[in-house]
Amino acid sequence: MKIWLAQHREAALLALRRLAAAPVNSLLSLLAIGIALALPAGGQMLLANALHLAGTISAVPQISIFMAANADPRATTEIESRLDKYGGVKQVQFMARDKTLARMKTNPGLRDVIEALPGNPFPDAFVVTATDERPEAMEKLAVEFRQWPVVEHVQLDSAWVRRLDALLKLGRTAVLLLGALLGAGLIAISFNIIRMQVLTHRAEIEVSQLLGATDAFIQRPFLYYGVLLGLGGGLVAWLLVGAAALWLRTPLSELVRLYDLTVALQSLDARDSALLLGFAGGLGWVGAMISLRQHLRSR
Amino acid sequence: MIRFDRVSKRYEPGIDALSDLSFDVAEREMVVVSGHSGAGKSTLLKLIAAVEKPTGGAVLVGGQNVGGLARSALPYLRRRIGLVFQDQKLLFNRTVFENVMLPLSIAGFPARDAAQRVRAALDKVGLATREKALPVMLSGGEQQRLAIARAVVNRPNLLLADEPTAHLDSETAADVARIFQEFHHVGVTVLIATYAGDLFPGARRLGLNHGKLLP
Repeated sequence: MKIWLAQHREAALLALRRLAAAPVNSLLSLLAIGIALALPAGGQMLLANALHLAGTISAVPQISIFMAANADPRATTEIESRLDKYGGVKQVQFMARDKTLARMKTNPGLRDVIEALPGNPFPDAFVVTATDERPEAMEKLAVEFRQWPVVEHVQLDSAWVRRLDALLKLGRTAVLLLGALLGAGLIAISFNIIRMQVLTHRAEIEVSQLLGATDAFIQRPFLYYGVLLGLGGGLVAWLLVGAAALWLRTPLSELVRLYDLTVALQSLDARDSALLLGFAGGLGWVGAMISLRQHLRSR
Repeated sequence: MIRFDRVSKRYEPGIDALSDLSFDVAEREMVVVSGHSGAGKSTLLKLIAAVEKPTGGAVLVGGQNVGGLARSALPYLRRRIGLVFQDQKLLFNRTVFENVMLPLSIAGFPARDAAQRVRAALDKVGLATREKALPVMLSGGEQQRLAIARAVVNRPNLLLADEPTAHLDSETAADVARIFQEFHHVGVTVLIATYAGDLFPGARRLGLNHGKLLP
């Protein structure tokens, strides 16, 4: 075991020395891998932030009932008590038009527009949570509410939640696809770099074989080289994504504030960072392994 | 120790490098294989080290048919054999010490024991003071002695050398030949392919001519 560990330490150190021996080449290779990995990693970062944002908005589908602007307060009270007793309604939240106006005025992007209006454009509204959250049950409730007097408009919030969910699913698939494509690219880069390394050290490989080296002994430093390349590239990608998150944080915060939302763009979390580095190191190893197998089998 | 049983080696159709060769080499024996260039001397050594496979017959080393060994078993055979190549095959980007250390690293020797062995081997061939030098800084004779040190550092019981005195002046060649004699005297089986058989007095001679053993 001690000897096995010592041989691995030797191989890892040799791989490091080989990387350091050609610093410009190594740096350019790491950059190429890093940029290729930064695309899916950046996509994953945006997706994670979008998921977080979606989670903070509302995960529960709701129905918004908007009263007519000129609705009598008594009619509004009547609707509220009708909703409280209505079967299929779990919870009712009343949104008074004055309070809505006051809340909208706190939004810096909307304040100027609202203040320019002659009066309060918002109607009284109810936000209803249903006992049955299935889309068809929600739709049935919405149809019934639309027939009530002084109800101007009924909006089914589950529709946009579904649209957002579909968009997030699409985003997730796109990130996976991009990850798979650029992962294959990383394997190809690693394959070629290791092939060049093997050609550079072919005399050493030949001598080692003649002196009794096993394939494992010969492969070890090259595999470490592939893993180090992958890990280094992963680290470059992580730094690029982190820098992009930092750079985009302020403009994105300003953008989402216009939609009455608050978000601070976060870089990759610990789990995603570990996944990125593991994925990159693993693919570097795979590329190196394919390259070495091809070389050793041809001998 | 070594048995060639009707061994043939053909690289191209109609051209036999070795043809129907049969002979034995006993343990602790020193044998010189001589013959003109292209007689098949190097091929003979390559068959023993399983660098090449015979196209006919069997090559046995220590009772083991090396031609039938699986690829995964070859490293373990080669670790038991010390090889000195015609072109030395030194690693010019590694120091003298590192070159000699390589077979021990491959065999998984603990670092401290390995360092002692390397120094002992370098001392034996007279290169103890040059361990930090790169091979390119050595003379032809010193490079040959370095190749010998690397071949014997594993303490093999069989030493094969292909033209170890080629390209050396007569004094240096005699010096190198003396080193082989010393290994033979301590019980190592030595098989040397050379055109200069006279440098190894007392060794059994095997003559090769166009791949066939001379009577």
